[in-house]
Amino acid sequence: MVKRILVGAHYGFRDWLAQRITAVVMALYTVLFAVAAASVAGSGFEGWRALFASGFMRFATFVFFVALAWHAWIGVRDIFMDYIKPTGLRLALHVLVILVLVGYLGWAALILGRL
Amino acid sequence: MPEVGIARTRPKYLNLVQIRLPLAGFVSILHRVSGAFLFLFLPLLLWLFGASLGSAESFEQFRQVGGHPLAKLVLLGLLWSYLHHFCCGIRCLLLDMHIGVSREASRRSAVAVLAVSIPLTLILAGALLW
Ligand code: HEM
Repeated sequence: MVKRILVGAHYGFRDWLAQRITAVVMALYTVLFAVAAASVAGSGFEGWRALFASGFMRFATFVFFVALAWHAWIGVRDIFMDYIKPTGLRLALHVLVILVLVGYLGWAALILGRL
Repeated sequence: MPEVGIARTRPKYLNLVQIRLPLAGFVSILHRVSGAFLFLFLPLLLWLFGASLGSAESFEQFRQVGGHPLAKLVLLGLLWSYLHHFCCGIRCLLLDMHIGVSREASRRSAVAVLAVSIPLTLILAGALLW
């Protein structure tokens, strides 16, 4: 398992595909977000909050955040694999990225859960 | 050993200032830069999102922080990053599906990424930030 993280071999395709699928999910959400936000423009805090409190928008936004965390993990890991050569440092950075992304996802869930 | 002199003058294009990157390469490296920038500023974006949805008071905080000149500058950078990454990401997905892979078409789509993302950044920044 550890060896796999260091080498990143043989399972690149799965990550490549996941990065594309999450990209499509985020692109679709972006359009939804733009239309929805425009529809409540000018209605201040109440309108903005009501938009995200709706079950559908809450669900879609959560899916977006899951896609974002997954996508960012693969993307940032690829960047580190290109520029960070010392294995120990790279591994430590990978762990750090996973931890912060999991934290962000929990944070996003809290924001949406409180609505 | 005359070869040594010849070998020495051989150009090694590792000088970043000398490398002439084609436009598509430039747009592509900006895709990486924008992705990294978005990642680094996720905490700020999450905080703003949370404050905007929390309560009437936190919404006011959100507006104040978002109205700070320095925050506006960072948000302008993030807005551009997202739009560039979005447009370039779609280009990247089309290329993956072997759409527009010819030299001409890929150059045109690289121009299109800039032609859409930069004006859109300015329009949205004008509407949302200033
Ligand atoms: C509409 C939303 C998005 C779309 C359509 C999208 C699309 C893509 C695609 C297709 C790739 C693969 C590029 C390649 O392999 O050359 C990619 C890479 C990447 N994305 Fe996104 N993305 C989106 C949002 C985000 C966000 C919000 C972040 C930041 C948190 C992000 C961070 C990254 C990173 C760091 C990479 C790796 C770049 C590289 O390897 O050069 N993306 N994106």
